Amino acid sequence: MFTNIYRLIKYSFQSFWRQKLLSFATMVVILLVLMVFQGIFIFGAIGDSALQSIKDKIDVSLFFAVDAPEDEILAVKADVEGLDVVKEVEYISRAEALELFRARHTSDETITQALDELDENPLSASLNIKTKETEQLPVVAAYLNNLVPEHLVDEVSYNEDNKAIIDRLTAIITASEVVGIILALFLAIVAVLVVFNTVLLGIYSNRDEISIMRWVGASNIFIRGPFMGLGVIYGFLTATIVMIASIPIVYMIAPYVVLFVPDFDLVVWFSSHFILLYLSQIAISVGIGIISSIIAVNRYLDA
Amino acid sequence: MITFENVSKQYDDGRYTALEDINFEIKPKEFVSIVGRSGAGKSTIIRLLIGEERPTTGRVLFGDDEVSTMHPRDLPRVRRSIGTIFQNYRLLPRKSSYENVAFALEVAGVPERDIDDMVRESLDLVGLSDKADNFPHELSGGEAQRVAMARAMVNHPHLIVADEPTGNLDPLNTADVIKVLEQINDLGTTVILTTHNKDVVNKLNRRVIQLDGGHIIRDVAKGKYMLA
Ligand SMILES: Nc1ncnc2c1ncn2[C@@H]1O[C@H](COP(=O)(O)OP(=O)(O)O)[C@@H](O)[C@H]1O
Ligand SMILES: [Mg+2]
Repeated sequence: MFTNIYRLIKYSFQSFWRQKLLSFATMVVILLVLMVFQGIFIFGAIGDSALQSIKDKIDVSLFFAVDAPEDEILAVKADVEGLDVVKEVEYISRAEALELFRARHTSDETITQALDELDENPLSASLNIKTKETEQLPVVAAYLNNLVPEHLVDEVSYNEDNKAIIDRLTAIITASEVVGIILALFLAIVAVLVVFNTVLLGIYSNRDEISIMRWVGASNIFIRGPFMGLGVIYGFLTATIVMIASIPIVYMIAPYVVLFVPDFDLVVWFSSHFILLYLSQIAISVGIGIISSIIAVNRYLDA
Repeated sequence: MITFENVSKQYDDGRYTALEDINFEIKPKEFVSIVGRSGAGKSTIIRLLIGEERPTTGRVLFGDDEVSTMHPRDLPRVRRSIGTIFQNYRLLPRKSSYENVAFALEVAGVPERDIDDMVRESLDLVGLSDKADNFPHELSGGEAQRVAMARAMVNHPHLIVADEPTGNLDPLNTADVIKVLEQINDLGTTVILTTHNKDVVNKLNRRVIQLDGGHIIRDVAKGKYMLA
């Protein structure tokens, strides 16, 4: 058993090596496909993270009147929390608001001085409300405007512009991914044809071995196996090359990515997803290799 | 051991009949020469026997197996018990004599540790131990054919089929090759030899099946080649 597997691998590498130039050219084509996929994966991760960070930032804020009693504020909070679409409600009391305000302006002396001169806290309490989906924000804003007793409310603030940005960003990301996938599929078909052709040439240039194998009663696994093995070798090598080549590229572009998406560290993302990416690349490339060699072998090496 | 039963073989969708109504039986340890002029159908019989072709009608049996109807998947098992030798040697040019013989064992799934002994024994039997490391282009025709014979025998098959093995050889080399075939037969292996060489057949003085135009015209136990 192990002997046979060993020989299978040996023969696979022999036919790989015997047509090394062709193997090299074939792998370049597969590499092209994998690079496009790698681009889609990385771009997708950056886009997702950009969207997420914008989504996380937008919420509806309800500012209460300065004289609104805390128990009524908490009652409103409980009501809002009861809404299906609401993910999270954060209550910032007047004292906390003042503290946050001071913290934000410690370096600005005019402001701190002005605050010190007031005996009363001028800031109002607020609720910051996040919804499960950004589309639900207007619903919550409408709810707050209509149903919270007017004397409690100072202002309901909700930024309509953010939603437009999100919609536009989503559209851009989706469109580029669709274009990328179409390109990748097109290249994948080209790669399948190229590998098919290479395996075919391999079968042709090994025809003497193959017929001798037949006469001496080699089982099918020895006759067909090495050509399937060829596809697997192409797959593993190209997946490995693309992953290794990605490392410096990721390090190079990570600083620029941060400019666009401040809380996205591409290097961290890449290293934590390395195995997953590698496996995906292997699945794609070995898939291409195996599919083409199975077609070639079935077509030209019938038992 | 081998039975051809009412076998006929047509090529080109029945437009050409290569064999017609072939019946014979070969017993274990026999040495049978199939003779006849070129185009008589000798090679077709060999191809039917090793399952490379299927008869148009009739049955071909090898041991308990009906080769003529067998699933292609099962053919390798049958072929492992048949050693085949051809007129043009069919050695792999990039492999040495040793590697050519070992290759047959490798693809038959023989464990690595057994291969060396078996290859050396086989090369020894054909008298080519000293040419183990030579490549086919460094061998004479007779030597190349004997390497091919070593390859055919190395897995200890029950049957050796040799399709015009001396077709490309001068009389001296021919004698060598035939001598080895007789040796193999003496060791208990069944041998089927096709040839159109009268001297070879006459000297052997074994069973002869004579073909002409796809028919068996003679089948004698201790035979000479007679002109049809
Ligand atoms: N694949 C084939 N297609 C068509 N005709 C064939 C084929 N193989 C052999 N023949 C014909 O069948 C006849 C017998 O061939 P063969 O068995 O090779 O003869 P022999 O080996 O006795 O010289 C020949 O006339 C040959 O031309
Ligand atoms: Mg012939």
